Amino acid sequence: METANEMAAAEFSHVVVSHRPQIFRFLLASTRDADLAETLTQECFLKAHRNWASFRGESTAMTWLMRIAINLQKDHWRNRRVQFWRTTQTHTVDISEASDWLPSGESSQEQQLLARERVAQVWQAVQGLSERQRTVFLLRYVEELELSEIAVSTGLSEGTVKAHLSRALARVRGKLGGKR
Amino acid sequence: MIWNRRAQVEEPAELEALDPVLQQSLAHFKASVHAWSADVESRPRTVMSTAPRVRRLAVGWALALLLGLGGVSGVLLKRQHREQLAQQAQQAQERQLEQQRELDAQRAVAQQNLLAKVESDISREVPSAMEPLAQLMTDDATR
Repeated sequence: METANEMAAAEFSHVVVSHRPQIFRFLLASTRDADLAETLTQECFLKAHRNWASFRGESTAMTWLMRIAINLQKDHWRNRRVQFWRTTQTHTVDISEASDWLPSGESSQEQQLLARERVAQVWQAVQGLSERQRTVFLLRYVEELELSEIAVSTGLSEGTVKAHLSRALARVRGKLGGKR
Repeated sequence: MIWNRRAQVEEPAELEALDPVLQQSLAHFKASVHAWSADVESRPRTVMSTAPRVRRLAVGWALALLLGLGGVSGVLLKRQHREQLAQQAQQAQERQLEQQRELDAQRAVAQQNLLAKVESDISREVPSAMEPLAQLMTDDATR
């Protein structure tokens, strides 16, 4: 009994170590708030730890964790909408600041400027997306999940995922095209 | 600012069908998010103490309590003031009624006195209709 518990704990620790960066990154990109992303990541793993025994491996640990993270994020925004009287401190990073993180080194300064401008445009387009479109877009183009994995993580059908992705891409394309 | 090389290695299959500008922009976007996230994660994490939160809560409760007490005492004071005013008005009304009663009593006494005086005056005077009889009585007496 003791050994089984120890094994489960070790297994969970491994899951945390291997998936934490991805969960945090997704939440950071979704919220653009490092503190909030950190809090939600911790909540995600806390919840996962509580329910680890019920995880049967029907999906991958990654999609299971991602699903928890998406639900926590949804709950957070819903609560903030309802609790409008609360003093809420937001540390949301500005788009220009978020797009500061750019490749450097081999490309010329001109190319860097162009890349920064494009990243800012993608951020602008992402900001204008609906919650679902943004989630699907980030899971696909930042986390590189398969459509089937996105479907499991979001609880949507693959067809719906494709539709959201297509609309999101059209928006990004439009934003880039407008200033090209 | 770190360039995440993984971004250039793995790419979703449908990106091949996208135009190069979009493809490159998405790759830059991904690399940017990866680099940003890695940087944030590498920063030393600060654990927020719960003390300020507890203090804020305590201050909030104290203020709410003060406001509540202020509101209640305000209502009580207003009510007390209203009761005092009503009492004063009642007393004034009672005083007025008392004065009125005294005046009425004085008037009644004065009227009674006047009536008594008039009655006594009338009783002393001989009515004119009885005058001849009174004269006859005096004539008989002289005869």
